[in-house]
Amino acid sequence: MRRLGLLALRRLLQSLPVLAIILVGLFLLLQLAPGDTVDALMAQMGGGSAEDAARLRQAYGLDAGVAVQLGRYLLRLVTFDLGQSAIYGKPVAQVIGERLVVTALFMSCALAFAFSAGLVLGVLAARRVNGWPDTIISTLGLIFYAIPSFWLGLMLIVLFSVKLAWLPPGGFESIGAGYHGLARVLDIATHLVLPTVALALIYLAIYLRLMRASMLEVLNLDFVRTARAKGLPEGKVLWRHVLRNALLPMVTFVGLQFSTMLGGSVVIESVFSLPGLGRLAYESVVQRDLNTLLGIVLVSALLVILVNFVVDLLYAKLDPRIGVGQS
Amino acid sequence: MWLTRRQALAGAGGIAAGTMLPGLGMAQQAPQRGGTLTVQLTSEQRVLNPAIQASTGVYVMASKIVEPLVDLDAQGEPVGVLAESWESAPDGLTHIFRLRRGVTWHDGKDFTSKDVAFSAMECWKKILNYGTTLYLFLDRVETPDAHTAVFKFSRPMPQGLLLRALPDLGHVIPAHVYEGTDIRTNPANTAPIGTGPFKFAQYERGQFLMVERNPNYWRGNGLPYLDRIVWRFIPDRAAAAAAIESGQVQLSTYSGLSLSDIARLSKDPRFVVSTKGNEGNTAHTVMEMNLRRKELSDVRVRRALCHALDLDFFIENFLYGYAKLGTGPIPSSSAPFYVPRPAPYPFDRAKAERLLDEAGYKRPGRGRDRFAQPLKLMPAPWGEYTANFATFIQQSLREIGIRVEIESRDAPGWLTGVYRDHAFDLTTGWHQYRSDPAVSTTVWFRTGSPVGAPWTNQYGYDNPEMDRVIDAAATELDPAKRKALYQDFVRIAIEDVPVHMAVEHAFISVYSKRLMNSHNQPRWASSSWADTWLAPA
Repeated sequence: MRRLGLLALRRLLQSLPVLAIILVGLFLLLQLAPGDTVDALMAQMGGGSAEDAARLRQAYGLDAGVAVQLGRYLLRLVTFDLGQSAIYGKPVAQVIGERLVVTALFMSCALAFAFSAGLVLGVLAARRVNGWPDTIISTLGLIFYAIPSFWLGLMLIVLFSVKLAWLPPGGFESIGAGYHGLARVLDIATHLVLPTVALALIYLAIYLRLMRASMLEVLNLDFVRTARAKGLPEGKVLWRHVLRNALLPMVTFVGLQFSTMLGGSVVIESVFSLPGLGRLAYESVVQRDLNTLLGIVLVSALLVILVNFVVDLLYAKLDPRIGVGQS
Repeated sequence: MWLTRRQALAGAGGIAAGTMLPGLGMAQQAPQRGGTLTVQLTSEQRVLNPAIQASTGVYVMASKIVEPLVDLDAQGEPVGVLAESWESAPDGLTHIFRLRRGVTWHDGKDFTSKDVAFSAMECWKKILNYGTTLYLFLDRVETPDAHTAVFKFSRPMPQGLLLRALPDLGHVIPAHVYEGTDIRTNPANTAPIGTGPFKFAQYERGQFLMVERNPNYWRGNGLPYLDRIVWRFIPDRAAAAAAIESGQVQLSTYSGLSLSDIARLSKDPRFVVSTKGNEGNTAHTVMEMNLRRKELSDVRVRRALCHALDLDFFIENFLYGYAKLGTGPIPSSSAPFYVPRPAPYPFDRAKAERLLDEAGYKRPGRGRDRFAQPLKLMPAPWGEYTANFATFIQQSLREIGIRVEIESRDAPGWLTGVYRDHAFDLTTGWHQYRSDPAVSTTVWFRTGSPVGAPWTNQYGYDNPEMDRVIDAAATELDPAKRKALYQDFVRIAIEDVPVHMAVEHAFISVYSKRLMNSHNQPRWASSSWADTWLAPA
């Protein structure tokens, strides 16, 4: 356990320079974007005098030079202060904390669904390779892969919310319903079904193709023949020998695609009006809320680092030949 | 009120009956108390305090909680809300407001003249956008007793201007909550305490705002009718249409849906689609021309550009008929100042070509451009109206031998590019008319706006005669003379045409037929909704 803790710490320290480069780079990049958060506020207000704008710039600390602003930001960061959000008028950490729950829940649902369904379908397709189940599953996978997620989201809303009225068309939970306990869990679950499916299907397609290919490859390896030769039933061969080995590339991919999924959630969160990190990021860009955006990037980067760390640990679990933290 | 052609054609039965519901058709049906009204909004604002931020996005929510001194009635005339009556000295320097008695804030404290004085001097004059200009010469607000507020100006303020500006720029917030704090960061800015028919209940950023009935509302008579109002923030317009269709939301104001969805829903008998009740928020879709560009400094070229646009075609095919031709900077909905006139630049391609030839920009040859460099068009990012108009301008000018390149930016980028860097030749934007030309219209033509002030004359237009008329009208106390001065203003604006007020449109509301007593005054979406009620499903 202690070894694990040390390992995590080492990983984090190793990624510090990367984090610093990302933050400073983004800060400078955003200086190139025309307009600042006061311009965005002016656009919202429908106008105001130049004196109004100057007063607001002072209030937001935008009257200082770029270098001073960057210095101030980094100094605050060292004390674990992410600063104040211009849009929300609250500390960035608090704003992100509120949104992180939604995104974490939504992403883990989508990831779990894509992973498990992709796995099952991939195994089914591989077992009956070139048979009719394989053809159906592979075709479905191709269709899922080709559908843009925002369009799929809208079509799901039209079918399941507008026409059939089975599921709510958007939002995170029923407003003002005052649900508690299990009722609230169920309420949130019904709200998350459509966005989860909309985000997950494209990844499901990827996982299913990957799983199928990986299974087929492992099935042809010598140790499988050995397992069959020693008389193991087919189910056991698949479960104990093939699946475990075939899972390795899948797990790699989950780590790699986690960041892509974070990006994809921007669109889905907008379509389903979910109050998540993705939408917050979009809003921060549009409104030039630098502190919030940098905070989100920092948190997302940490999340990606964390997920990849977990993936590395999973490797070791799946394949004892792979060591963790050994050089 | 004006119906669009499309509505008049399509809605003989359903829509006409629907828009008249509050006044006539169902007057015998008694209002029912109770129910929750859910409203769609595309985006949320940073604050919910209309005393420090004047924008429709704030009014649409906060005006149910916080009330102004004066609002507009169904005819568009000023009617007292927190002020019961008013009188003005003949010199226009003193305006006395007698305040309503027995009004309490949502936290139980009494509403007094001290609140009015604080709001006016600390918020409207110092922080509120447009307010800082309107109240520039407001010296002080005297409070001889708890129910009288005396506004003292150092320069004459026309009573009509003040009264028409107050519904937008005259919301009163509680002094006892704000005094001695940093007004900009006071927590009450996102959890307002007011005197209105609804009390703040819950605000989940990115999700919804909920307000609930104020049982001690001063109007009494069982008002308000609704138990609760919820605004849901649905950024995706297609998803917003789905929320309306599925019944999750009953109202979308301020053109919150895409025009194609609006056109589709207008044929659905469950909904009313109308611009009625939004006349007070009339806007122009405009083409601004940068006079720093050599060709555009010639008025003949500017007029030629205007004549090249077939706006009837644009309105019918791009805006689904929900608009009409603009006739100058004062829109037809402005009863006190509008004088009917024809659209100034009718579509006439031959005339446009002739004007360009006269100005010395002849076509160098078949298929060649008249200008050495293409015009750079930077469309305002205000959704379909301005984006489509930019495309339409590009295509129309192509026909008269002028090449246009479009550069699209998001809101902060556009404001900087147009109003600070002046890095444009043409831009499409919105001119929002606010009750009186002096509030936010004349700044589009007056010189002297500092660089960077959005929605002001930043295209290098300079006509001393124009400045003189604008200044005279701003302090003219005689309403008739004021109106006459604004006719001069309109005439010069059209003649010089630094900005073409091409299309006039009110915002479009889409709402369920169940919604009663709605859209019954010219700025209904920004009013208190105290008498609005929901019929059972």
